[in-house]
Amino acid sequence: MSVAPQDGLIAVVKRDCPTCELTAPVLGELAARTGLQVYTQDDPDFPETVPTRIDDTGLDMSHRLKIEVVPTLIRMAEGREIDRTYGWDRGEWERVAGIAGLGADLPESRPGCGAKNIEPGVIERLKIRFNETGLKSRRIAIGEDEDDQEAMYERGWSDGLPLVPPTEERVLKMLDGTARDPQEVIGLVPPILAPATVEKIAINAVMAGCKPEYLPAVLAAVEAVLDEKFAMHGVLATTMFVGPVVIVNGTIRRRIGMNAKGNALGQGNRANAAIGRALQLVIRNIGGGRPQEVDRATLGNPGKYTYCFAEDEEGSCWEPLSVERGLTPGQSAVTVFAGFGLQGVVDQKSREPESLCRSFAESLKVMFNVKSAPSADALIVICPEHERTFRNAGWSKARVYEELYKLCEIPGEDLVAGAKGIAEGGPASRAGTMVNKFRPGGLMIVRAGGGAGMFSGIIGGWSSSGPRGSTPITKEVRN
Amino acid sequence: MTILLDPTSEQSPTLRPRLERPERLDGLTIGILDIAKARGDVFLKRLGERLGERGIAFKHYAKPTNTRPAPLPLQQQIATEVNLVIEGLSD
Repeated sequence: MSVAPQDGLIAVVKRDCPTCELTAPVLGELAARTGLQVYTQDDPDFPETVPTRIDDTGLDMSHRLKIEVVPTLIRMAEGREIDRTYGWDRGEWERVAGIAGLGADLPESRPGCGAKNIEPGVIERLKIRFNETGLKSRRIAIGEDEDDQEAMYERGWSDGLPLVPPTEERVLKMLDGTARDPQEVIGLVPPILAPATVEKIAINAVMAGCKPEYLPAVLAAVEAVLDEKFAMHGVLATTMFVGPVVIVNGTIRRRIGMNAKGNALGQGNRANAAIGRALQLVIRNIGGGRPQEVDRATLGNPGKYTYCFAEDEEGSCWEPLSVERGLTPGQSAVTVFAGFGLQGVVDQKSREPESLCRSFAESLKVMFNVKSAPSADALIVICPEHERTFRNAGWSKARVYEELYKLCEIPGEDLVAGAKGIAEGGPASRAGTMVNKFRPGGLMIVRAGGGAGMFSGIIGGWSSSGPRGSTPITKEVRN
Repeated sequence: MTILLDPTSEQSPTLRPRLERPERLDGLTIGILDIAKARGDVFLKRLGERLGERGIAFKHYAKPTNTRPAPLPLQQQIATEVNLVIEGLSD
């Protein structure tokens, strides 16, 4: 138990610190000569050289004194601190103690050790106990006989899967992942246009299973979908399949261990899974966007649990998506695209870029319906073995975009209602014209995937692609 | 006891009672809002004609796109100019 510090000298130590052990004789001398009060962080019997030690294993006094290193020697006068030194430094100790000739047998100096009260996991508990968290969110007490998971389900917080309970301690640790102020508002989340503070986003990131180092990517993804041009309200409310697809570029991908290679769009990588899920939970919990309420999706798509992956920049002969969209190489960024599902493009025989482009174009032209044109934007995830064909032929990404666009011109007579025996289709006036499947600039290409397999993918977009609906948004990831 | 932090916006939804339906349309002005869904304009134009045949005043409005909520000035304009609104929600 800690008692209030009295005027005079105070030392804070722990047994598990060789420098504290080293200074034990000095502590004993100071206790005898000056009445030094010694607070012990781990073992109340340490140091044996001091007859009366004060047990601070609860770390209350260490926290109040903001101890960072042990040993720390402090001089108090009139109830406040007037001097302090830490580690062992004879000159400094002599100055603070006002006594010469301390520890003559000791080396001149030794660095101290980290204090227990600032260890990860401990500092958070102390901040909570001292009500210093600064967290503004409502506290919800879950009874001892209640199951945390069931309590969260009942409150409607879950996307259907279990959640990590957002305790104050976990949220504080999550907030260590960013230098941004917890009360900074990133944007207003539709449909209810509620402010998304960094703190609220961090709570949802905890629930999604994020590590603190993922938080900057989550914040950037939230910022991106809340950009007016992304039209998040419409992306949520539409009866179509789409949800935000998150593509991560730059150094953060490797720093947090994202998967850009085998099964990049599948399960198994925590960062990929948790970042995309956190974004969806933000929409659900902060924005109030729930299926069969404002989310009117007819079918939705499995990517509405999470849809996030990294681009394989190192393996690509082309500039990363973020660089194509105006950021500098290496700069961490997220791009959001209103997309759904995955349509495979299987081509194991094309060895010439012209042939491979035709394969992609014919696959792209069936998106939504063969009669649908212009239909929606599309994101092409090109696998390494397909990219190799373009690399060997020296084709730039710009050339691939250009060739694909040209190949996606469709004769209007194929698109009119009734053509091919399908009632769906456009007006008869289209006959005799050429109609492109895409709006200009409506395609995006990223490289991802494992080294084996000539299997690329098309992520279809929203029928309201472009300025009147949703356009892809790229945001820098800020720490 | 576990203490959790609320992940929601902590807003209590306010349930507002609907305005009572008027007994008659005589003397009222009806807004017809086209949310810009395909062929909604065709349907709503015909609806306006039918109202006109019954001598009921109406005004047409249009959202610039169905993908976003109506701009605030348009919402305010409608609220100040008409007594009732008809809108088509989908195509």
